[in-house]
Amino acid sequence: MSAGWLVHLVALALVPPLLLGVIQKTKAVFAGRRGSSVWQPYRDLLKLAQKEVALSATTTWLFWVAPAVAVVTAVAAGLLVPLASSPAPAAFPGDFVLFAYLLALGRFATAAAALDTGSSFEGMGAAREVGFAWLGEPALFFAFLALARLSGSLSLDGMLRAMEGGAWLDRTAPFVLTAAGLFVVLLAECSRIPVDDPATHLELTMIHEVMVLDHSGPLLALVEYAAAVKLFVLGALLLQVLAPASQVAGLAGLGLFLAGLVGIAIGIGVLESTMARLRLLHVPTLLIAAVLSCGFAFLLLSRPTP
Amino acid sequence: MTSLLASLVAALLLVNLVALGTSRIGTVVRAVALQGVLLGILAIAAQGDLTWRVLALAFASITLKGWLIPVILFRALRQVEIKREVEPSLGLLPSLLLGALATVLAVVAGSRLPLAETRLAPLLIPASLATVAAGFIQLTTRRKAISQVLGYLVLENGIFVFGLLLVEAMPFLVEAGVLLDLFVGIFVLSIIIHHINREFASLDTRRMSLLKE
Amino acid sequence: MTAPAGTPSAALLLLVAAGGLFAASGLAGLALPRRSRWGARIATGAISIGSLLGLAGGFLALGGDAGGELALPSPLPGLRAALGAGPLAGFFTLPVFLVGGLGALFGAGHGTPHGGRRLRLCYGLLLAALTFIPLARDGITFLVAWEVMALTNFFLIATEESDAAVRRAGWIYLLYSHVTILALFALFLLERLLTGDFAFAPIAADAPAGLRTAVFVLALVAFGIKAGAMPLHSWLPAAHASAPSHVSALMSGVVIKVGIYGLVTTLGLVEAPPLAWGVTLLALGSLSALFGVVFALGQHDLKRLLAYHSIENIGIILLGLGLAMVGRSLGRPDWTMLGIAGCLLHVWNHALFKSLLFFGAGAVVHATGSREIDLAGGLARRMPATAAFFLLGSVAICGLPPLNGFVSELLVFLGLVGAASAPATAWAALPAPVLAATGGLALACFVKVYGIVFLGTPRSAAASAAREATPLELAPMAVLAFACVVVGAAPGFVAPAIESAAAAWTGERLPRLAEVAPLGSISIAALALVAAGALAVAAIAPLCRRARRRQPALPTWDCGYAASSPRLQYTASSFAELITSQFAWALRPHVHAPRITELFARPTSFHSQVDDTVLDRLLLPAARAALRATASLRALPQGQLQRYILYILAVLVPLLVWALVGGGGE
Repeated sequence: MSAGWLVHLVALALVPPLLLGVIQKTKAVFAGRRGSSVWQPYRDLLKLAQKEVALSATTTWLFWVAPAVAVVTAVAAGLLVPLASSPAPAAFPGDFVLFAYLLALGRFATAAAALDTGSSFEGMGAAREVGFAWLGEPALFFAFLALARLSGSLSLDGMLRAMEGGAWLDRTAPFVLTAAGLFVVLLAECSRIPVDDPATHLELTMIHEVMVLDHSGPLLALVEYAAAVKLFVLGALLLQVLAPASQVAGLAGLGLFLAGLVGIAIGIGVLESTMARLRLLHVPTLLIAAVLSCGFAFLLLSRPTP
Repeated sequence: MTSLLASLVAALLLVNLVALGTSRIGTVVRAVALQGVLLGILAIAAQGDLTWRVLALAFASITLKGWLIPVILFRALRQVEIKREVEPSLGLLPSLLLGALATVLAVVAGSRLPLAETRLAPLLIPASLATVAAGFIQLTTRRKAISQVLGYLVLENGIFVFGLLLVEAMPFLVEAGVLLDLFVGIFVLSIIIHHINREFASLDTRRMSLLKE
Repeated sequence: MTAPAGTPSAALLLLVAAGGLFAASGLAGLALPRRSRWGARIATGAISIGSLLGLAGGFLALGGDAGGELALPSPLPGLRAALGAGPLAGFFTLPVFLVGGLGALFGAGHGTPHGGRRLRLCYGLLLAALTFIPLARDGITFLVAWEVMALTNFFLIATEESDAAVRRAGWIYLLYSHVTILALFALFLLERLLTGDFAFAPIAADAPAGLRTAVFVLALVAFGIKAGAMPLHSWLPAAHASAPSHVSALMSGVVIKVGIYGLVTTLGLVEAPPLAWGVTLLALGSLSALFGVVFALGQHDLKRLLAYHSIENIGIILLGLGLAMVGRSLGRPDWTMLGIAGCLLHVWNHALFKSLLFFGAGAVVHATGSREIDLAGGLARRMPATAAFFLLGSVAICGLPPLNGFVSELLVFLGLVGAASAPATAWAALPAPVLAATGGLALACFVKVYGIVFLGTPRSAAASAAREATPLELAPMAVLAFACVVVGAAPGFVAPAIESAAAAWTGERLPRLAEVAPLGSISIAALALVAAGALAVAAIAPLCRRARRRQPALPTWDCGYAASSPRLQYTASSFAELITSQFAWALRPHVHAPRITELFARPTSFHSQVDDTVLDRLLLPAARAALRATASLRALPQGQLQRYILYILAVLVPLLVWALVGGGGE
């Protein structure tokens, strides 16, 4: 189905910055401003791509290779997640492990690049990033376990697409728990409030922003783009769990799916406008709550059927 | 033969008491040597038929216990240059009385023990028990290391007497082994005595408790 | 698994020849004068030739050229002693030859200043023992080879015996070794009781359940201590940190796998294992994996940190083994295959990347003169090749694609998550999130290690003056890195070896690895990833080259601090502080923090340290309490001989009296 793959790739490549723009717009609307247009992130990326690269003398080759690794891993992870009802371009049993570890590879590269600068700011960001993100892994895997239990498939594609609309009907509690857990993982991985504040530049409050403080020009564009792609991919994962739209096929289905993603972006914007960032010490508590949430969902689903 | 046996056994018991009651180490050594000789003669007297086994055993006993071991012990005594006095923790007279009491008890107990009935049994069992008891008394109440060696020798003599009852049943190898054990034991003990003296400038075994942690 | 007696196969002969060469390698040095370098050269040469022979023999054994026994002179009448090669033996000896041979090269490039002859002798003997343990076909040979391994390992650990910490590590290792040997004696005696022979015969399913449980427990204790599974691991961190680096590589990469070999063989002998055994192994594996990496995060000694990671990886191996045992108990051959394949492949993978990391650590320690992470920094500029290899090893040990760690972890994950599909066995999937958490923590730890040691600016004078490793030190790293890449990109290469070993392990019909695991897809994914990454890097490389040429001396943005210093960078403990504070209940760090009471404080210092909780907070205090409690008993034996004899009499005489009076004429 190469046409479907092409559509998938195009969507994966072009749509993510739009989600960032939607979030910005939502926050602006909440704040009573007009805000920048939803297409502004595209302009920002193009502007950054045309600037020069400034590399610190302390850094090694890892510093400028890391953004490339981050983008490649994010896009590769996106190839494993089905959009709407068409199958994912790459699927095999166990690919959910590859999904999680691709995101981890991107994190490794970014964190190591942060330490490469030899500055305590980036070091702080890297320490916080790896210190919180490890809790996202068990939450993600508990969610995968729940999905595997429901669908009987070991491939991400199979897990997400094999769920009919009625799969969650008599299982409200696990559904809510899994969705909540995945949403928190999304917020943590993409550095949104309440885990991190993407709009602040106070070093006491940054995690992701401070890790990429020293990147400039095209490198910064790659980093921002990779973050956007991660948001898209994890949002797609969440959306497939929330509202499996396997009935509507073709471009209409894709359109509905993208609308759903925009909806998630609006939801994130609303959350960011209404909630404050958590104290750093409380972030692990939130993530452990996500782990327990997905864990309970799995346990509830594994009860032997009476 | 019985009268010879009886007199030998009586002599054995007397020598026990002598070893317990004397205050000079040299006398104790000679008493134990005499015991060894008596045992050799006892071995011959206890057997009806004089096989070469019995003769060899008696000869070995007399030579080892009567001559070789006393020579080793006297040499150790000379090297060590200690006061040639027995130092008991229980007085000499009390240990003598204890030994006599043990002899009486041995005679009483010997008739009560469920052992095979032979013609020698009534004589040899009490003798053996009494000698063993005397050996134990020496081991527990004497302070000098060399007195303990002598107590050990007396103990072995007592066991030897008991073994005379079973001379037909035991293989020769075992008896020879026992004698060899004894010889080697004494040899090693004499070396140890030398070292104890070197370490503590005395043979008082109470000093050895310093060696524990 | 009794091999037919007869002429030994070519594989067996090659392996025995390799072992013999190893044993003899150090002897030449003894005969030569101390200053001569020929001893070292002969030893290295002998080990290299032995490794090549052994590799050939191992491959032949894996290929099925098994069978045939070599009878050894029996030590006691009535007991047979024999050597035999099988696929399992071939599998476990291949890392010995690879890592052992490369380690000898590394050690030659390193140059040990002291104790060289003893080091070479013990190294050769250790390699020989490691070769003969998997070849042993009966308990006596196994025990003899095991004891040789334990003793030579002790001497190797205590190479730098002038250091008190090294001596302590050696004693603790020896203590645990003794416990292992005792348990092994008991185990083999039990096996003889159950099977009538010392020759590793299968234990029938109808043997008494209590005895079978005893076999399991003893095997767990003995081989668990050797492998370093928690909570029996306390000897491992100090021992691996104190030994010379190529010896640490051998110990972490190969010696602890002997424990796994013993566990795998013993469990393979038992027919119809109960489910509880598999569950216990899964639980132990999860514990070791999670807490191994948590303890590693608390360390700032480079080699001790790597040693704790070995504990973590042993946990992953035990997870695979547990899954295989569960599969055997429940009659799911696909789980058995996935589990044992994950276990065995991770044995190889860990040998590859852990040795690589230890070689890199050895180069770093040699260059900076210290094992302390916080004294390094910026080494990637001074030692670029070492840094690149270390980075590859770090990525591999975190299980990240496209390298080999990912493949074995994927196999274990597939098996564990596959259990989630059926509600009856859903509990078997619970270790999967634990494994995922372990992966996340390992990533944190290796970002810390690589970042603080190699990146940033040098924190000490020694680090500023570090020199690149010698070619003899780099070559082994290169070989191992290449192997990591190959296994990660083409796992189909090693699939036949794994299938052969798995088939030898259990007699059941197992599916082929390609049927249960997506090996082809992994290869494609890895290659696609590398290709895409290379394209992306090639696209931005010109820009970055231009940037460096244009402005070569640009500083990092530092918020306007005028006096930036390397000491403002993150240290190892501060980087991991978020996570270690979350786990403080288990780590119990010693923190020596200064109390600052004045306005303009005097220079002071801060020190934090994570000891091994099981050893320092459990075992040692318990031992001291036991000594105190029994102190009162120690008054009883006062050292006087007469009292002891009186005690004997005090028991004997009443006994006699009682026999006379009470027993009567019976």
